[in-house]
Amino acid sequence: MTQSLYEQIGGEAAVDAAVDLFYRKVLADGTISHFFDDTDMEQQRAKQKSFLAMVFGGPNSYSGKDMREAHAPLVAKGLNEAHFNAVAGHLKATLDELNVSASLTDQVLAIAGGARDDVLNR
Amino acid sequence: MPTLRYAGRAFDCAPGETVLAALIRQGADVPYSCRKGTCLTCLMRAPQGTVPAAAQAGLKDSLALETYFLPCICTPEQDLVLAAPDDAQVFSRATVVALERLAPSIARVILRPAASLYYRAGQFLNLRRADGLVRSYSLASVPRLDPDLEIHVKRLPGGAMSNWVFDDLAPGESLDLQGPNGTCFYVPGREAQSLLLVGNGSGLAPLIGIARDALQAGHRGAIHLYHGSRHPRGLYLQETLTDLAAAHPEFHYHPCVSGLVVPEGHRAGRAEAVAFGDHGDLTGWRVFLCGYPPMVQGARKQAYLAGAAMADIYADPFELRELRQKPRAALTDQVA
Repeated sequence: MTQSLYEQIGGEAAVDAAVDLFYRKVLADGTISHFFDDTDMEQQRAKQKSFLAMVFGGPNSYSGKDMREAHAPLVAKGLNEAHFNAVAGHLKATLDELNVSASLTDQVLAIAGGARDDVLNR
Repeated sequence: MPTLRYAGRAFDCAPGETVLAALIRQGADVPYSCRKGTCLTCLMRAPQGTVPAAAQAGLKDSLALETYFLPCICTPEQDLVLAAPDDAQVFSRATVVALERLAPSIARVILRPAASLYYRAGQFLNLRRADGLVRSYSLASVPRLDPDLEIHVKRLPGGAMSNWVFDDLAPGESLDLQGPNGTCFYVPGREAQSLLLVGNGSGLAPLIGIARDALQAGHRGAIHLYHGSRHPRGLYLQETLTDLAAAHPEFHYHPCVSGLVVPEGHRAGRAEAVAFGDHGDLTGWRVFLCGYPPMVQGARKQAYLAGAAMADIYADPFELRELRQKPRAALTDQVA
């Protein structure tokens, strides 16, 4: 039986390993950090965890409608293609840092890319 | 089949069923959202019974010690008594036994509770005046070192409680107290870990408690306390802290002044800026941040970016009720 993407990438342990690397990159990026700057950093970090679980192919409960509704206030604040690409870049850098193979990285980025229109409410 | 007790009712929990699912199925009115252990919306305490360790995954040590757990990922193996996180809204009496001016705008108030209070240094109390006015104050005392409770009140322009404490309150008078609250405290263990304590204004109160608590618990790692103020007169208990540093080589006290005149023996700049300048890599550190909210929030992010794990960052922003309507510039002037 072939393993799912989530299993191949390392499941929950991979999410745990990635979340701080990823969230730090996003927070340190002045071009997008304001979208992630929340007084409740733990909640923000939890959201990044859910996001990573989703793009790693793991169990998640997001529908396209959820993604649209969650990001609508950010789109109203100017969230655009460039911001989306910056986040995708930090996602790729995180996977590179964790030595995730190129083929798995491509699959993760494909899942993330699939959410683009919903995130940007297009 | 485990039985759950909550809000005066008994709930049965089917094999494999989570606490949250059992409560919802039987009509309990409980908050929840993600149902997968992420959002913490359904957080509860289990004052009786033991929850499986997995139900506390990802919670701060301090919350786990207080028996908090996540009902949505908790499949109980035994009976549990459940409590909502905020059910401790119970006031008790305390008598003022001493009042002292530590600095022109800082008063030390020593309180003796009618019933002994189990608390951890760094937690906060809500104090209620006879007319119902309530304000929160962090504890500067340490349970095993100090017989009474100690708080530091900063006098704020227009501050209803603080001006009353400075002008009218006298030893012998009583206040109502609720608490202890908050999770900004030292948890014993990992005693070789370095600790970074940063505060401004009366944010020193919980930090001095946390530092003394850690030292008396036998903490061996370095403990760096940065206390900041715009003016030197905003710093206080300097002799106590200098003595503490002399008695404990692992404890380091850094008084910081962000105004133009920086007396000898003081560091120039805001406490958080000086602290992060001294310690650029906080990987493996435990960090405590107390005081003016914008400082606390900013420092929290900086500490995280400098490598501190989120679960190792404890923050206690002091919300200042009377000043919320004022412009930020004026606010900075008054409390920094």
